[in-house]
Amino acid sequence: MSKKITIEPVTRVEGHGKVTIKFDDAGNVEQSRLHIVEFRGFERFVQGRPYWEAPVLVQRLCGICPVSHHLAAAKALDVIVGAGTGNGLTPTGEKMRRLMHYGQFFQSHVLHFFHLVSPDLLFGVDGDPAIRNVIGVAMKHKDLAVMGVMMRKFGQEIIAATAGKKIHGTGAIPGGINKHLSIAERDSFLLGADPLNIDKMIEWAQAALDFLKDYQKKNTDFIDNFSKYDSNYLSLVRKDGALDLYHGVLRAVDANGKKVLNDVDYQEYDKYISEEVRSWSYMKFPYIIDQGKEKGWYRVGPLARLNTADFIPTPLAQKEFEIYKAYTNGKPNNMCMHNHWARLIECLHAAEMIKVLLNDPDLLSGELVTKGTKTNRGVGLIEAPRGTLFHHYEINENDQITKANLIVSTTNNNEPMNRSVNNVAKSYMNGKDTITEGMMNAVEVAIRAYDPCLSCATHALGKMPLEVTLLDANDNLIDRKRS
Amino acid sequence: MSEIIKIVIDGKEIEATKGQTILQAAVNNGIYIPTLCAFDGIKPKASCRLCTVKVNGRAMTACTTPATEGMEIENNTAGINEIRKAIIEAIFVEGNHFCPSCEKSGNCELQALGYRFMMMVPRFPYSFPQRPIDATNPKLLLDTNRCILCLRCVRGLKDENGKSLFAIKHRGVHAEIVMDHEVCANISDEMAQKAMNTCPVGVIIKKEKGFDEAIGTRKFDKQPIGHEIENKFNQGGN
Repeated sequence: MSKKITIEPVTRVEGHGKVTIKFDDAGNVEQSRLHIVEFRGFERFVQGRPYWEAPVLVQRLCGICPVSHHLAAAKALDVIVGAGTGNGLTPTGEKMRRLMHYGQFFQSHVLHFFHLVSPDLLFGVDGDPAIRNVIGVAMKHKDLAVMGVMMRKFGQEIIAATAGKKIHGTGAIPGGINKHLSIAERDSFLLGADPLNIDKMIEWAQAALDFLKDYQKKNTDFIDNFSKYDSNYLSLVRKDGALDLYHGVLRAVDANGKKVLNDVDYQEYDKYISEEVRSWSYMKFPYIIDQGKEKGWYRVGPLARLNTADFIPTPLAQKEFEIYKAYTNGKPNNMCMHNHWARLIECLHAAEMIKVLLNDPDLLSGELVTKGTKTNRGVGLIEAPRGTLFHHYEINENDQITKANLIVSTTNNNEPMNRSVNNVAKSYMNGKDTITEGMMNAVEVAIRAYDPCLSCATHALGKMPLEVTLLDANDNLIDRKRS
Repeated sequence: MSEIIKIVIDGKEIEATKGQTILQAAVNNGIYIPTLCAFDGIKPKASCRLCTVKVNGRAMTACTTPATEGMEIENNTAGINEIRKAIIEAIFVEGNHFCPSCEKSGNCELQALGYRFMMMVPRFPYSFPQRPIDATNPKLLLDTNRCILCLRCVRGLKDENGKSLFAIKHRGVHAEIVMDHEVCANISDEMAQKAMNTCPVGVIIKKEKGFDEAIGTRKFDKQPIGHEIENKFNQGGN
């Protein structure tokens, strides 16, 4: 009998989502979709507000990576106040923002790996759901849990020292930053008692990466072949091709590594990227205009960034990058679960960058803000932990915002996540009489690999659960499972 | 020479000068009575009612009631503070006060009072009024969503010819603060900043100031509102 499953809410992701999987009469997957069931509307209610409110207002989209929204908005407003992009800011302004951003990257990647993903790895995709969660990790693998908590704390403290508080700070302002780092703050990060100092953080970031690499060796089939497919990949890269999470030019490569976008000034992003709306999701589907809607979709995030970048400008992460690239002979990596590997290399890079910045005297003194001739349009792009984040604002002559367009990291990954859901549903569920909890978790594992933030992606309200419903061919409810 | 009188606030006898209000006498003696519409140098108006005290058992506003010999005043009592908390909550629900994105946050007296009186969730329903923003002046922005109609701006902000920068339009629940665009056309940066400082909430905003004060350096980040009065006689390690 044909049927339809709904997984609602999707768990261990940020935000609300559900998956529907429809089967044909033979019991094979006919269609599967990741629906984003929240709706927010920040783009609308920021209209009419004074532009300088945007970095503080729009970051309320998210409690996990507000820093990314805060900085992307501030970068867009740098253009509006005439401070330009990239090196238009004072050294203090740019470096304080970078420190905030790397602190954010560090804590967010750690949160994802230790709190959201490690239960799947430690207890298995089909492990007992009663322990396959962060509490189970804390009970059975205390050392790992402590590492996760303390690493996240360190990143959050970096954010507090640069943004003013750990969540929803006000540090980045149009044209710069509103504070210096104090000597006491700097010393606490450089020389704090174990484990809360940067050297320990670098050591632990390396240890987490080694754990994942070891896991990959022991579970090669799962990690390499679970939802593996070709796509385009997009991210910012530094002008010279280096991985740069704060600023750069847009680059996209195809499945063979050919550059389909290169050296693109993101002020003109809308000449290259467009968004498609589909009736069944509040989340839009972006694509590269030249490639068309069918072929132009792309992936963003850690996997994409390590496919577009030529090198990583810190030594330990570069060494790991070389090992990672050698695994695919330098070709773009198309293995969904390798997002975790790439994410932990970035985590190591973020820790190394934090150390470099903490030793930079520009953080302790110097001009905070720069301004020039005002314009009425500004675009700010940043590499958020989950991928490329676009903020675009236009203002009127009275300093009020007239237009805001946000393309959030998870929105960029909309089509890829749907593809992954479909792949996994087919490989785990085709022709099966009974759909187990483990099979449904496999679908969630695929979504989790992208570390999606569904709240951000739809600018939506609500809590955070995933539900799966089982419907027959006539859409009658057969079964419903909530996690 | 001014005549000294004695009054009692919460059981403590203090000295006041004849002609002072209860509020002035309290402040001079390091006793905090919460206020919103009262502002130094402006004739009191008693519009917010937050300084309500009981004088010989009767509710009076401390900002307008003259202190007289032998007055027995209740100020910091559970009953009166509950009334004050209710007033603060009523003010919050009457406008659109979104602290998370308000640049006055940390410097806002209404927010500080909310913290001081431990307001959690207002007991009254939100009214979500539709109010305009006037952003047409090059130096000042007026966001009446946050207005509490204390009239500090109307009473206290005048140009060199004595003309008010702001005025009140309509009556009762429709009352609204408006900017006199003719008077405000060429105001200086200093006057714009003074206007922003005079407003206890985030209605009058000096344009492009934004969030230039870091969290931790704002007026109420370290000490609650009223602390400066209560600690008046505790300086120097006493």
